[in-house]
Amino acid sequence: MIDRAFIGRSFPPLHVDVESGQLRAFARATGQRDPIYWDEDAAKAAGYRAVPAPLTFLFTLDQEREDRFYFINAMGIELGHVLHGEQAFTYGVPICAGDRVTLTCTCMDIYDKKGGAMEFVILKTQATNQLGEDLGGMTGTIVVRDPK
Amino acid sequence: MSTFAHDVTFAGVDVGDSLPAVTSKPISRTTLALFAGASGDHNPIHIDIDFAKAAGMPDVFAHGMLGMAYLGHLLTAWVPQRAVREFSTRFVSITQVHAVVTCTGRVVEKREGNLVALEIEASDQNGDVKLAGKAVVELP
Repeated sequence: MIDRAFIGRSFPPLHVDVESGQLRAFARATGQRDPIYWDEDAAKAAGYRAVPAPLTFLFTLDQEREDRFYFINAMGIELGHVLHGEQAFTYGVPICAGDRVTLTCTCMDIYDKKGGAMEFVILKTQATNQLGEDLGGMTGTIVVRDPK
Repeated sequence: MSTFAHDVTFAGVDVGDSLPAVTSKPISRTTLALFAGASGDHNPIHIDIDFAKAAGMPDVFAHGMLGMAYLGHLLTAWVPQRAVREFSTRFVSITQVHAVVTCTGRVVEKREGNLVALEIEASDQNGDVKLAGKAVVELP
């Protein structure tokens, strides 16, 4: 059982730079064909101040922590038993190459189903840029299955 | 110039309209390795078959966020990214290696403020639903 004392707890804020090479690698890895996602001229022609981060990229920025599995380790969860249940994003000012983003992650809830055979962890992350502008946020549901 | 023309307007869409479908290339083990690196999701269950088997899975499988990236392509091929206000999905079932993922969507509601609600879905080549999601876009 995951310690319910984690509910309401926030993890230390993460400051991360959005790099154009990282955005290009993401576009390539996902088969993105729209040039605004790797070419600065195309992005500017489309009205962005630089190459925009794609819709799901906040999730990737959150992986830039020294310990990529920070909450899984902190909660004592077995990594091989983790499944991604749900993911939701809301959007504010677009995230672009060159931004410095601050992410704040809070554990919103932990509960179980099927008599504890599955546990659910809800994590909410809010993001702002170097100007203090609201970039929106994301909420993820992590499912921990008991293989027994 | 972007080759992705975005000329969708609030007045021009109706409830029931379909978005143009977007289909991925087959998801190979290389796809998963590259996505692990590019997305920062280094969970070995997606790239290391030894780890996957030790965790009780028959093989590695695709990152849920890879499928969600494909759903994102569906949205941004239809409207500019800045039009997207909300985007969410449930990861309904595991996407296997070699899957070809097709993303589809339809307009389910038009709301005040030029907002349009969508239901979106990613399915494999057998028609099995992998991701089932929603989005809200704001149109001119």
